[in-house]
Amino acid sequence: MVTRSYMSRREVEQQSFSPAVTIFVPLGALLLQVLLPRMFSGLAVLDLPFVVTLYFAISRRSPIAGTATGAVIGLLQDLLTGQPIGVNGMAKSVIGYAGASLGSRIDVDNNSTRALLTFGFSLLQGLLLYLIERRLLGIRAFLLLWMHELLRAAANTAVALPVFLLLDRAKHSE
Amino acid sequence: MDFLAQYKNALFLIAVLLAQAIALAVQVRSPLDPAQPDGPSVRLVRMWAMAAVTPLERATHAIGHGARSGWSDYIDLRHLRQQNEDLQQQIARMRLAEDAIAEDALQGRRLQALLGFRQSYIGSTVVAQVIGSSGSEQTHVLTIDKGSRDGLRPDMAVITQDGIVGKLRDVFPTTAQVLEIDDQSSGAGVVLATTRIRAILTGTIDGRVQIDNLTPDSRIKPGEQVLTSGGDQVFPRGLPVGTVESIAPDPTHQPYSAIRVKPAVDLDRVEEVLVVTGMQSELPPEAQQVLSTAAVQNAADLSAERLPGIYDNQAAETAGTAPGAPATVPSVPHPLPILHPDQFSGGSTPPASTMTPGAQNSLRNALPQGNPPDGDPTTSNPTPSDGKQTSAPGH
Repeated sequence: MVTRSYMSRREVEQQSFSPAVTIFVPLGALLLQVLLPRMFSGLAVLDLPFVVTLYFAISRRSPIAGTATGAVIGLLQDLLTGQPIGVNGMAKSVIGYAGASLGSRIDVDNNSTRALLTFGFSLLQGLLLYLIERRLLGIRAFLLLWMHELLRAAANTAVALPVFLLLDRAKHSE
Repeated sequence: MDFLAQYKNALFLIAVLLAQAIALAVQVRSPLDPAQPDGPSVRLVRMWAMAAVTPLERATHAIGHGARSGWSDYIDLRHLRQQNEDLQQQIARMRLAEDAIAEDALQGRRLQALLGFRQSYIGSTVVAQVIGSSGSEQTHVLTIDKGSRDGLRPDMAVITQDGIVGKLRDVFPTTAQVLEIDDQSSGAGVVLATTRIRAILTGTIDGRVQIDNLTPDSRIKPGEQVLTSGGDQVFPRGLPVGTVESIAPDPTHQPYSAIRVKPAVDLDRVEEVLVVTGMQSELPPEAQQVLSTAAVQNAADLSAERLPGIYDNQAAETAGTAPGAPATVPSVPHPLPILHPDQFSGGSTPPASTMTPGAQNSLRNALPQGNPPDGDPTTSNPTPSDGKQTSAPGH
């Protein structure tokens, strides 16, 4: 008996990346994240590792791969920021998992969808960081500044769209 | 098995989160050594990460610094002459201020000696370049290009000529991380300059600097200078920290006030820093030389006050002021009384308004006959530089 599915080809399609892209794009994002705020302090509002995590997650559409990618990128970010190791690791693991889960269900090649996803997941990451810092680490002074989080989400979205288009050139369909 | 296959994605996420939560729990335990905020294994991993990133940071910093300095050199050259004049004037003003400050310092040292006070001065410093940052809004950490091989250790103070920047957190062989004073986990002992109220300065989550352990005090006003108190055993006493920006009740921490402090150093644009590697109980040799010079000058001034002067009384009489009043233009030499007036005597030169440009002999014609000028009349006129005509005292 033939099994019928309502998922389109686009929905089941998974993209892969060359090892060089897989390694050097996250590293480049981490390096830029460390260097750019030295030149322009306002750029600290951006989270390039988050953008890269989300892109790989929604492109690969594999929750396990998304979780692993988010965990590795987040842990490396923690190493460089001086924060306890695991703060960004946990937040980006969830982002990677959720991004991949959502990416396998909706069309994520559309720019509008991408913008909405980036904006929403940026807010989700802010909430996750707040929970981790406030609840797990017990830092009472950590506050969730919603206006700031909205600005950060808008900035990440503005940067994510061209970065996604750039990275689209590096992926291979399977 | 079906359960594992069905929920493998969620289980993998839970396992990853659990592992990281355990790692976090291990790290946030109170460290045994306050100088080492991280455990040995965490520190090792951080060191590897820093070692991987540092060469790229150094290269980027070098390229950026070269480009910026090339451009700024060009811009600076355009304004060099004006800047030079401004600096010369500034040096002159600072020399005057230095004398006054040195006298105060002498007095302060005498009082400290009387009280048996032990003062610590900055003994040795290491200059370092800032090559990186944390890149995060949650933490305010800088990376500098000097490490334990240069004698740096955790908890050393990091300053600039404008004020304090922070203290060393993790020190690696060739690099170190500086915890800035606006980081939420940092703290410093401070004192308000005018009111002498001691307080603790902390960073906030939004990257500001504030004092939040003081109850409302009407004496504390915006604009008051904040200095290090030396009580934290990290920062030397008396270094600028910033100025009070605003005072407001702290809604989350009643009945205390939230006193916002504007840092003296622009923490977003720090390029070079000084790491205080050693303290000493004596002043540095340069400062001692300034003080000894001031002491000699002070002694000379005291002697001059006690000896009879040749100018002060005459100046007071000439100016028509009371003998006890201070002379406004001291130390201007007065000529002796004129016995035989000639063309060089004061008052014999016609005023400039009566002269005609290009008339060579106008001065000669104006002079008494039989007395040809044999010198430059402009230099022979004993008129002082302030334009006042000098004459014998009493004229």
